Amino acid sequence: MIRLEGIERVFDVGGQQVHALHQIDLSVGRGDYVSIMGPSGSGKSTLLNIVGLLDRPNQGRYLFEENDVTALSDDQQAQVRRERIGFVFQFFHLVPRLTAAENIELPLVLAGIPPEQRRPKVEATLRAYGLAQRAHHRPEQLSGGQRQRVAIGRATIMEPGLLLADEPTGNLDRASGHEVVDLLEQLNGRGITLVVVTHDPELGQRARRQLHMVDGAIVSDRDGTT
Amino acid sequence: MTAEDGLRYAFTSLRGARLRSGLMLLAMAIGVAAVVVLSGLGEGARRYVVGEFAALGSHLLIVLPGRNETTGGAPPMVSETPRDLTVDDAEALKRNRSVRRVAPVSVGSAVVSHQGLQREVAIMGTTHAMYQVRHFDMSQGGFLPPGDIFHPQPVCVLGAKLRRELFGNEPVLGAYVRIGDRRFRVVGVLREQGQSLGMNTDDLAIIPVTSAQALFNSYSLFRILVEAKSRDAIAPAQRAIVDIIKARHEGEEDVTVITQESMLATFDRILGALTLTVTGIAAISLVVAGVLIMNVMLVAVSQRTAEIGLLKALGAPATTILRLFLTEAALLSLLGAAIGLGVGAASNWVLRLIYPSLPFHAPDWAVAAAVLVALGTGLLFGVLPARRAARLNPVAALARR
Repeated sequence: MIRLEGIERVFDVGGQQVHALHQIDLSVGRGDYVSIMGPSGSGKSTLLNIVGLLDRPNQGRYLFEENDVTALSDDQQAQVRRERIGFVFQFFHLVPRLTAAENIELPLVLAGIPPEQRRPKVEATLRAYGLAQRAHHRPEQLSGGQRQRVAIGRATIMEPGLLLADEPTGNLDRASGHEVVDLLEQLNGRGITLVVVTHDPELGQRARRQLHMVDGAIVSDRDGTT
Repeated sequence: MTAEDGLRYAFTSLRGARLRSGLMLLAMAIGVAAVVVLSGLGEGARRYVVGEFAALGSHLLIVLPGRNETTGGAPPMVSETPRDLTVDDAEALKRNRSVRRVAPVSVGSAVVSHQGLQREVAIMGTTHAMYQVRHFDMSQGGFLPPGDIFHPQPVCVLGAKLRRELFGNEPVLGAYVRIGDRRFRVVGVLREQGQSLGMNTDDLAIIPVTSAQALFNSYSLFRILVEAKSRDAIAPAQRAIVDIIKARHEGEEDVTVITQESMLATFDRILGALTLTVTGIAAISLVVAGVLIMNVMLVAVSQRTAEIGLLKALGAPATTILRLFLTEAALLSLLGAAIGLGVGAASNWVLRLIYPSLPFHAPDWAVAAAVLVALGTGLLFGVLPARRAARLNPVAALARR
C-alpha cells in the first residue's frame, strides 16, 4: 500500500535548516493498522502529511499502491487524495455553515458525482455512523463525538483505501474518544488501511503495528499483537 | 465539481457571511445605481433638448445674415456684411417651391406701456407665418393676423409675464398698449412656456415685422425662419435659399443657412458626450466597489484558510478553488448590479414624478455597460484573492484552527 524510501523533509525556519524527517524507510501493507507515536516535534505529523500527499518530501521516493506519486503534479495528487485517501483531523475541520449531511457529501460534490447518486450514499453513511437524526444539524449543534463521526463519514464516503487520522481523539472526552476509536477500528476490520498519529499511548498501543518517532526518525517499530 | 454544485457552494458561503456579503452588495449596488441615475439624467437632458427642437417646428431652416468662413466656428450673431437681409428677401424666398412658410424676424427692445405702467422688453417683429413655424401656443385671442406685409394692422401679441405685469387681472384683448411711440391693439396672449431657444417668450411683445422696422428705424432682419415643404425638401430649400439671396445680393453669398437638423445633430452630439462623461464618472464608483470586493475577499480568504485547506485535503484541485472564489465574486457583482438597477430605475421614476417634463430614462447601453463593468470589476478584483486561496499550502492551512 505505502512504501517510503529514503524520505527527507527539511524546513527552512528563520534561515536555519530543520530536519523534520531524516531517512525514513517505511512500508505499510494493505489493511494494516499502524499508529505513529512520539513527542511533539518528532515529525509524526509531517510524516502523515507526506503519506497523505499534502506535503512533498525534499528527497526520497514514495510509492502509493505501487505507483510512484512523488513525481505527480499537484492536480494529479489531488485526484489521488480525492479517490484513495481519507483524512480525520484533531479539530474535525467541518465546514461550519454546512449541515452534517452536506459535510459528509462534500467529497462527492468535489468529485463531480451527480446528486441522485450522492443521496443514497450519504444516507447510508449517516445511518451507519448513527447520525441519521442529526443529518440537518450544523456542526455547532453537534457534540464533539458526533462531529468526529461526521468527519469520519466524510473521510470514508469515497471508499478510500487509506484512512489517515491525526490525533482523532485529541479534542474529545474519554467516552466519545472510545466511540471514535471503535469506529475507526471497525473500518480497519473491513479492510481499510488505518494510520493513526497520536501522542496518547493508550490509543497508540491498540494498533497492530506501533511506530515511535524521535527527532525525525523512526526509533522503534513494534508489533502490538505480541 | 459540477457548475451547479459550485454555484450552490459559493452561494451558501456568501449566505454564511451575511454582513460581509451585504456590504459588498451595497457597494456594487451604489455603483450601478449611480451609473443608471446619472446616465438617466444625461439622457433625459438630451431627449428634452432634442424634443424642444422638434417642437420648434419640423423641417426648419434658419437664414442668418453674414457668411462665416469654412474654417468653422459659430455663425456670426451680428451681421458682418454691408447688405442686410430685408423683408423683400424674405418675400422672394416664399416663391420657391421647396418652401412652405417664411417668417422674417427682427428683434429689438422698446418700452411697452399701458395706463402709466411701463416695462422695457424684447420686441419681436414678424408675420403670421411665425405662428405655425414656431408652434406658438395662445392662452387668449389669436396671433398676428395674415395680411399685406407692407401695410400691417397696428396689433400686437403679449407674452404671459408682460401681460401680468401691465394688466394684472384686467381684460387684455382689445386694449391698447403703447410700444415706443406707437399704439398697438392687443389681439392675443402667448401661453406661458418659459425659455425657448435662448429667448424668453413670456417677457416679450410681438408686432408686425414692418412696424418693428419702422419702430427701430432699421430695415435689416435679425434672421429669417424658413419651413421646408417636407423632410426631403430641406436640402433643395437650403440650396435655393442661398441661390436666391445670392442673386438678390449682387452675386455675393452673404448669408448662412442652418438646418434644424444640423443644429439638432450638434446638440445631440454635445449632450451625448455629456451623458457619456457623467456615466464614466459614475463608473469609477463601480471600480471602487471592485476594489472593496477585492479587500473583503482577501479577508474572507484568510478567514476561511482552514476551509480551503480542507477542500484541498479532500482532493479539490487548485482550479476548483479558484473557480469557487471567482464564482462568489461574480455572484456578488451580479446580485449587486441587479439591486443597483432596481434602485436606479426607482430613482429615475421618482425624478420623473418630480420633473414630469424631463424624460429620465437610463439608456439601454448604459444599463448593459453598468452590469458588464460590475461583473468585470468583480471578476478582475476577485482574481487576486481567488489565486491566493488556490495557492494556499494545505498543511499550513489545516494547521490553523
